[in-house]
Amino acid sequence: MIKVQNLSKSYGELKAVKDISFEVQPGELFAFLGPNGAGKTTTIKMLTTLLTPTSGSILIDGLDPSHHQNEVRHKFGIVFQDPSLDSELTAYENMELHGVLYGVPRKVRAERIERLLKLFELWERRKDVAKKFSGGMRRRLEIARGFLHTPKILFLDEPTLGLDPQSRNQLWTHVKAQNETEGTTVFLTTHYMDEAERVAQRIAVIDHGAIVAQGTPAELLAQTNTTSLEAAFLALTGSAIRDEQGGNVEQMRQFARAWKR
Amino acid sequence: MKAIYILWLREMKRYFRSPAQIVAALGQPMLYMLALGFGLGPVFAKSGHGSYVQFLAPGVMGMTILFSGAFSGIGLVFDRQFGFLKETLVAPVPRIHVMIGRTLGGATVAMLQGALVLLACLIVGFRPASLAAVPAVLLTMALISIVFCAFGTAIGSRLENMQAFPLVMNFLMLPLFFLSGALYPLDGLPTALQAVTNVNPLSYGVDGLRATLIGVTHFGLPLDFGVLAAVAVVFLGLGAYSFSKIQL
Repeated sequence: MIKVQNLSKSYGELKAVKDISFEVQPGELFAFLGPNGAGKTTTIKMLTTLLTPTSGSILIDGLDPSHHQNEVRHKFGIVFQDPSLDSELTAYENMELHGVLYGVPRKVRAERIERLLKLFELWERRKDVAKKFSGGMRRRLEIARGFLHTPKILFLDEPTLGLDPQSRNQLWTHVKAQNETEGTTVFLTTHYMDEAERVAQRIAVIDHGAIVAQGTPAELLAQTNTTSLEAAFLALTGSAIRDEQGGNVEQMRQFARAWKR
Repeated sequence: MKAIYILWLREMKRYFRSPAQIVAALGQPMLYMLALGFGLGPVFAKSGHGSYVQFLAPGVMGMTILFSGAFSGIGLVFDRQFGFLKETLVAPVPRIHVMIGRTLGGATVAMLQGALVLLACLIVGFRPASLAAVPAVLLTMALISIVFCAFGTAIGSRLENMQAFPLVMNFLMLPLFFLSGALYPLDGLPTALQAVTNVNPLSYGVDGLRATLIGVTHFGLPLDFGVLAAVAVVFLGLGAYSFSKIQL
């Protein structure tokens, strides 16, 4: 479903992603783990047509995102790591806009919006503009929005950041259900190893832009001679704390954090 | 088509939801109208050009449309910074549709804002020559709006953050305004200024507004329309190209 070969992305001197290769099978729940600034989001951006790779090849369901942008965009849905709502629009309008952009027919749209907003407990607040929402509510709205259309591939970039355990549980239950009933392929990144352990069938660990290990959770444990994914992750990536590249995105995150308070 | 509509609708909703901004955007044009219109009025009349308020009102409308249109195009930077742009860029919609929806939305906002300024000018004493010209006035306003909204989109697509905003304001927007025929007649200018005003699309926009509103023109209405339409096509192309090249 996703096939990546020798993919690299450089920004001038900085090599954000170095020569990575991996494959995700149809219907698989695939976790992409790595410390801050390891290249996870950059990879997702290249997979989702937002960024052109410096070199290497990507196939999404057999199509190259840099040449068949629109066809590829039809195949996936994404929940971004960073905010992506229009805060001047209401919760319902944000959902509606997404549904229209993704060509969800009107009747199905209304039905699903109601169901999802109820599921993520935003239905009562549907007429409020998103800027009035708390950080957790905005996050829930973004996730609900991600499920509005039923893509073949679902990208979840740190979807549970800033969510309470209840919403987190709701999210993973829903992801698993969609994976089982619709056969949706899921590509996720997270910092919470327990989540990866709970849902992922296969895992790739990326560090400093390169993939350092991949396999099933059991294989990773065996390879590192550890008993938990967290220990395996630390064994693979070391315990040094990473500094993320600053700049606009970091600025936006700070802004978003300030906003949440 | 639905994508274009929903993105246009988004711009409308954002516009009508901030009445404070609508009123604030009337402040500057009205200040020009009152201070310059009445302040320079006597001098203008003495030089044999007639009423400055009559002359200035279309110029101030042009200014309003320029700023409002260009800013809604440049508003792309805000969507980039606050993240909403991503949502529209990964959607399975050709980018050109996203760009057209945004641009039409921004252009509609600019037209509404221009119409509000026209109403305000009527209140302070501006009198158009005839009501029959209303469709032609609207067409001129629409052309100016599209020109500068597409222009703004082309710039906004290339900016990565809001820090460049003052730069754009001081080195693009204000020169476009001051070096057009908005504030003064284009006859008998020094050669250098004449050359600059002749290549400024806003000169043709303001001239078109004057031609349709008060029946005074420098270039002639056909040339105004021709230039505006041609520039609109070029800027739309440029805007669409820049927009299609956005990387996040």
